[in-house]
Amino acid sequence: MRLDTTDKQLINLYQRDLPVCDRPYQAMSRQLGIAEEEVIERLQSLQDSQVLSRVGPVFEHSRAGASLLAALAVPDEQIDLVAARVNLAPGVNHNYAREHTYNLWFVMTAPDEDTLEERLDELEHQLRLPMLRLPMVEAYHIDLGFEIDWEALP
Amino acid sequence: MNLRHAPEYLAVVPEIAGAGPVSAWGLLRLRRQLELGLPLTPRPYEKLAEMTGLSEQEVMTAIRQWQAQGLIKRLGLVVRHRTLGYAANAMVVWDVPDSQVQDLGRTLARKSFITLCYQRPRRLPDWPYNLFCMIHGVDRQRVIDQLNMLIAEHGLEQTPHAVLFSTRAYLQRGGRYVSSN
Repeated sequence: MRLDTTDKQLINLYQRDLPVCDRPYQAMSRQLGIAEEEVIERLQSLQDSQVLSRVGPVFEHSRAGASLLAALAVPDEQIDLVAARVNLAPGVNHNYAREHTYNLWFVMTAPDEDTLEERLDELEHQLRLPMLRLPMVEAYHIDLGFEIDWEALP
Repeated sequence: MNLRHAPEYLAVVPEIAGAGPVSAWGLLRLRRQLELGLPLTPRPYEKLAEMTGLSEQEVMTAIRQWQAQGLIKRLGLVVRHRTLGYAANAMVVWDVPDSQVQDLGRTLARKSFITLCYQRPRRLPDWPYNLFCMIHGVDRQRVIDQLNMLIAEHGLEQTPHAVLFSTRAYLQRGGRYVSSN
């Protein structure tokens, strides 16, 4: 999907600080000099075309239940199969293949620490593969959204 | 819905949560509903109010309070970098002396192209790395260029590190903590 200047402005301005008021899209439309209806249509179309995963809050996950980054060392020929099994495990929300001996990286979440450990134990037992469990010790970034370098994009 | 983690979400809006079980339940429904995103209608907070049994005013108060308390990190457009053309992402991991990890973490976190930066435990002997950051770029070469700049700028030539480019995304979605699965 090709984005025009207004789409880009919308993304630049509102990755954070979306107004919390009766008519937030109207407030945004004034800032952008377009109609409220157009803001809504543009957001809908950016969402439909997967440029946006959603409009809404990003929660501080470290304070909302338990979550942990884990990695598996999977023989290359089994990685698609193992990835599919990891996807089916309860609470998994990210799952990426990466270039390393530990080549499958996923985030597992649960309502509390005990449930999280049980889920990981169960998965490790099923898969019988070496697993790293890497809980967060400290987060250093503050999520302000990502400054998009429009010029560099293809 | 699992309620064990809920107290924090209720505690920061005592005037609503304390009004009775219907309101407390409404707040938890709101928390869950927000994970799916704001409705794209002229009055999204009113719509959320209808969905949760709260008033529009209560919905806005709760969201503002959750923001103020850091339970919501940001509220806005959540961009899929891959769709936009950010095709490359690398998790760069470093083995930093424990006494320096905090300083370096804070420094790296300030870079605009670094989207995440965490300290995590080492798992010796397999995994010696204790600082993790994510670099997104349009292509592999740009990510490598940015990393090299970073190394030169902060004198990290002697700091052991590994670069784990992602080769495939099997799953990517927002965390769902409140749901039953």
